[in-house]
Amino acid sequence: MLLKDIIKLTDSKLLSGDENKEINGCYIGDLLSLAMSKVQKDNIWITIQSNINIVAVASLTEAGCIIICEGFDPDDGVVSRAKDENISILQSQLSAFEISKILVCNGF
Amino acid sequence: MAALTMHYTVDGNDFTLAGDCSSKVKKSLTQLGFDPATIRKVAIAMYEGEINMVIHANGGFIDVSIEPDKIVAVLNDHGPGIADINKAMQEGFSTASNKVRELGFGAGMGLPNMKKYSDEMNISTKIGEGTIVTLTFYTNKTNN
Ligand SMILES: Nc1ncnc2c1ncn2[C@@H]1O[C@H](COP(=O)(O)OP(=O)(O)O)[C@@H](O)[C@H]1O
Ligand SMILES: [Mg+2]
Repeated sequence: MLLKDIIKLTDSKLLSGDENKEINGCYIGDLLSLAMSKVQKDNIWITIQSNINIVAVASLTEAGCIIICEGFDPDDGVVSRAKDENISILQSQLSAFEISKILVCNGF
Repeated sequence: MAALTMHYTVDGNDFTLAGDCSSKVKKSLTQLGFDPATIRKVAIAMYEGEINMVIHANGGFIDVSIEPDKIVAVLNDHGPGIADINKAMQEGFSTASNKVRELGFGAGMGLPNMKKYSDEMNISTKIGEGTIVTLTFYTNKTNN
């Protein structure tokens, strides 16, 4: 699924990065060590973590995008770092469950 | 080919830079054409080691040597040392502070992940003096 379709379906806001890329698979979780070993290349990573370290984890795992869920705002510097590293960050008001439900129901 | 060596300083006071060294190593390995599976293993293990240096040991330095058949990372800090390595190696064991946990660290999975994703891990530590973790990755074990 293209990132721009994910944005539309989940009513998310694109804070950084490219929306014209193919995304596959998803990992949900807030512990960085687990995300580090579980997030695969091109995955969505859904988390409520909003500190700068999520950019390093997404970059090292080559995540397709981060969705910061439940309406949390990224800390200062997160979006600019993400732009530098070419990491796509979405912000959604929905919960991780609601986001996954919508995506699965739409064939993700 | 002579080994390519890299030296990095890990700033123990700056959480925002944590992961920088691992990112740089990952970029170099990508440029050198190592296979993605090897790069992923190195990135995960080194990131965990680098984070430990920041959250437990007030920083230090990392030396990486890259050869065609193996990558060796030596992570050296002058932190408090590890009192009980067996305990520290258990999944879920962590002495991380609440402040650090709120950032998503301190799951107690760092050392187990480093062991899992490296081919060899050696820890040399002395209370009050510091810790040296050596991670070795053999690139011929994957389909490089
Ligand atoms: N470089 C280090 N210096 C001192 N103590 C360390 C170091 N690395 C790990 N430790 C100790 O080992 C424990 C387990 O480490 P780890 O598995 O990475 O979990 P976490 O970092 O989430 O606490 C840490 O909580 C800490 O007590
Ligand atoms: Mg750790």
